[in-house]
Amino acid sequence: MTNDFWSMGGYARYVWPCYGIAGAVLAWNWWAARRYVAAAKVRAARALAMASSAAR
Amino acid sequence: MWTWFYKLASPPYVYGVAAAFVPWLLGLAALAIGYGLIAGLGLAPPDYQQGEAFRMIYVHVPGAILSLTAYTVMAVASGIALIWRIKVGHAVAAASAPIGASFAILALITGSLWGKPMWGTYWAWDPRLTSELILLFLYVGVMSLRSAFEDPLRGDRAAALLAVVGVVNVPIVHFSVVWWNSLHQGATIVRLGAPKMPGSMLWPLLSMWLGFMLFYGAVLCMRLQAEVLNRERQASWVREAIKS
Repeated sequence: MTNDFWSMGGYARYVWPCYGIAGAVLAWNWWAARRYVAAAKVRAARALAMASSAAR
Repeated sequence: MWTWFYKLASPPYVYGVAAAFVPWLLGLAALAIGYGLIAGLGLAPPDYQQGEAFRMIYVHVPGAILSLTAYTVMAVASGIALIWRIKVGHAVAAASAPIGASFAILALITGSLWGKPMWGTYWAWDPRLTSELILLFLYVGVMSLRSAFEDPLRGDRAAALLAVVGVVNVPIVHFSVVWWNSLHQGATIVRLGAPKMPGSMLWPLLSMWLGFMLFYGAVLCMRLQAEVLNRERQASWVREAIKS
């Protein structure tokens, strides 16, 4: 039963890479979006700090 | 009646709404994708013609539909930004582009992997495959154009124009299997009349589709927060917003 599942009726080398690539695309999207938000917050904080030091 | 529309033009409002939606969308996406995976890989029966190979449908079709949805969102947001000069529209378009491009790549690769055992080739210059490849090139073009200008406002406008013009390719991708002779199978779900699949195969697909859409909503909201911050860096509300 388990072997049948993993062999996917002889199509394992096509089916599993599809799921692997889909998982990679979902993971990349989540990771890249998180990183992008964090970088934007750092840039905004830096811009605000520069603006307030220039005002002093 | 139009209050909600004007509210959506306000960067601090959009930033707050996007931040609030992310955990809900991600949680619901995980549930829908989890059910879709279990039912699609374990419970749905094999197809009478394609056998177990048909299970690629559960990632290929949602990925392909998402690549078209993300482009449509980008084009509509660009149109709104150009017509009403609403800056948030450019932010939505910029946030949607990389997500849509990544799902266009997913649709093309999984389609190739499906094509080899079914058609005997990884690639054919078939109307559906070619128009999906053009969709990917449009995404790349829009993203490149946005970053090609020193003045971000000019980059936003140029990218918005290309996004709006390129939206003509979205119906071409969808109807390519109807308008021309194609190796690709015809529409199974998004068509006039009932879907061509039995419920045991259809429900996992609908669940994966919903899950991918919710996931798209979540990462769009995350990227939108960043795009709004990048455009509003000097605004006073940003100080409070980035503390949270």
